[in-house]
Amino acid sequence: MTAETMTRPIPIRRWKSVFEAYGQEIVILGVIVLLCIGVWLYNPRFLGANNFLSIFHSNAYIAIAAIGMSLVIISGNIDVSVGSLIGVLGTIAGTMAVNGYPIIFCWLVPILIGMAINAGVGFLVAYVKIPSIVVTLGMLSILKGGLISVTGGAWISNLPPAFMIAQFRLFGIPSSVYFMVVLTVLAALWMKYSVFGRTVYAIGGNPEAARVSGIRIQPSIVGVFTIHGMFAGIAAVLFATQLQVIQSTVPPNLELTVITASVVGGVSILGGTGTVIGSTLAAILFAAIGSSLVFLNVSAYWLRAVQGLMILATVLADMARRRRI
Amino acid sequence: MATMVMNRVLRHESILGVLLVAALFVLSAQSEHFWTADNLLNQGRLMAEVGLIALPMTFVIVTGGIDLSVGSIFGLSAILLGVFWQNMGMPLPVAMLAAILVGAVAGLGNGFIITRFKVPPLIATLATLALYRGLAEGISQARSVRGYPEWFFQLGQGEVLGVPTQLWLLIVCFAIAAFILGMTTFGRTTYAIGSNEVAARFSGLKVDRAKLLIYGASGLISGLAAVIFVSRVSTTRSDMGTGYELDVITAVVLGGTSIFGGRGTIIGTGLGLILMQALKNGLALSGVKGDGTIVVIGAVLIAAILVGNLLSRDGD
Repeated sequence: MTAETMTRPIPIRRWKSVFEAYGQEIVILGVIVLLCIGVWLYNPRFLGANNFLSIFHSNAYIAIAAIGMSLVIISGNIDVSVGSLIGVLGTIAGTMAVNGYPIIFCWLVPILIGMAINAGVGFLVAYVKIPSIVVTLGMLSILKGGLISVTGGAWISNLPPAFMIAQFRLFGIPSSVYFMVVLTVLAALWMKYSVFGRTVYAIGGNPEAARVSGIRIQPSIVGVFTIHGMFAGIAAVLFATQLQVIQSTVPPNLELTVITASVVGGVSILGGTGTVIGSTLAAILFAAIGSSLVFLNVSAYWLRAVQGLMILATVLADMARRRRI
Repeated sequence: MATMVMNRVLRHESILGVLLVAALFVLSAQSEHFWTADNLLNQGRLMAEVGLIALPMTFVIVTGGIDLSVGSIFGLSAILLGVFWQNMGMPLPVAMLAAILVGAVAGLGNGFIITRFKVPPLIATLATLALYRGLAEGISQARSVRGYPEWFFQLGQGEVLGVPTQLWLLIVCFAIAAFILGMTTFGRTTYAIGSNEVAARFSGLKVDRAKLLIYGASGLISGLAAVIFVSRVSTTRSDMGTGYELDVITAVVLGGTSIFGGRGTIIGTGLGLILMQALKNGLALSGVKGDGTIVVIGAVLIAAILVGNLLSRDGD
């Protein structure tokens, strides 16, 4: 399929094709609405402005990390080290802030380090031809083990107020929510209309066809991982600044939550399809499920089982749909 | 062709052997405590769980697949052992069998998802990694189970003829796995699937059945390892086995099994396992803490494949 046919605007009256193009996103939106109504009927406080904003605020960084993860999965790769990377970058940001570096550097340096680390991962995947699962499994333990050995998991407190970018508010809404929305929209447009975006889809859809069409696969893969590192860096800064303290360990289970958001959001595990709008919606859905467990008086220890079921159900549905076509 | 493949395999294993001897030499020079029977037997005890799981994992990776859920199955079996025995009142031997059986069922679940729905093993087992760990956490509600009877500890803490019980078990399983992979039709089928699955299918090999059995075995052995582990540490917690997949996959890959499938031996896995345990032990003896060790394991995993790729490119 050429870029021209993909980018042609869809006529409004053809609802069927709209659904075909954004089926997964519409389904997730529907599930979010149903879930909210259901839990609200059981416990009206669920939809209180405070709870709702806090769901968005405390999970925006997951949605942002999932944007980068979606790019990686669309390109036919995977990254299981993103949780450790966010932990490391968040700790770097916090440590710099406490030691009095100019605030702007505290925000930008972790993002640059994230890009550099993941560019290295991309290099190993693209040029040395080590499968991404192996490289990132190794990176996971290097980053996680390194972080805990260096910091001992200590808390970083006394962060300067000017550093807390995630808590800045505009019209009463925390900035992390704006970041989530703006980055998702920009990334979605960029993936859909830019040459690079189409390249990523082409590589994931059929690497051999992409290669003979003259796409230079290896630099593109390095590019995908580098951009993924940038989103991980932004996510890390928001993660580090959303609370008054930073615990300098790896947030438990974070990589799985990010991968869940991407996969459930409709990014096909076989590569080549999916949108970042879907992954952001799925991140919100997962956060809403986590919050509703509390309001339904279900033990939070079941959350991870729910997560596993969600990935499994989405993947099985994806495989079934592909076989029908 | 066959001799060429054989040569390459042998070359990797001889490199590994040299590396192992060098590592042992450095370690014994560094610490006089290393080369004592006590320490060596204790290392054998410590590597039994990872070693057991690495055997079916070799089969899994030889078929070109991967099983990321072994650590979670391990945790689930461990938790259920406690629940079956303490909460449901089963006699302990029955509870042990049931816990191992749960592991087998969990593994067969992986195999079913992979063969029936054609889900790539990476994603299928990533999903069940979350699911099985989630079940373990949900069922246990973060409560631990202790107070097992004295005889139960024979398995994990006892000795037979001066050698840790589980080391005997590991040696027996090792021999069985080496025999199956190296000398039986099933072993040849495993290699055939990893070399070219479509060709294997068209040759009339029962690809799906073989994969189902392999993933089932992976779960079963993870359950068995969990029972041994509970017996060794005398308690049950839901976070047991977290990150085990990394150790197991590193041992297998270090042993020369190609992550792309089609190539690898049980002997290699054994060497990889011993090298990794020697490395861990050496680091511990020279004062590196557990978290520093996993940094090294991660780096070794990447380096092993890096070197393997460079070597095989020279060979082609």
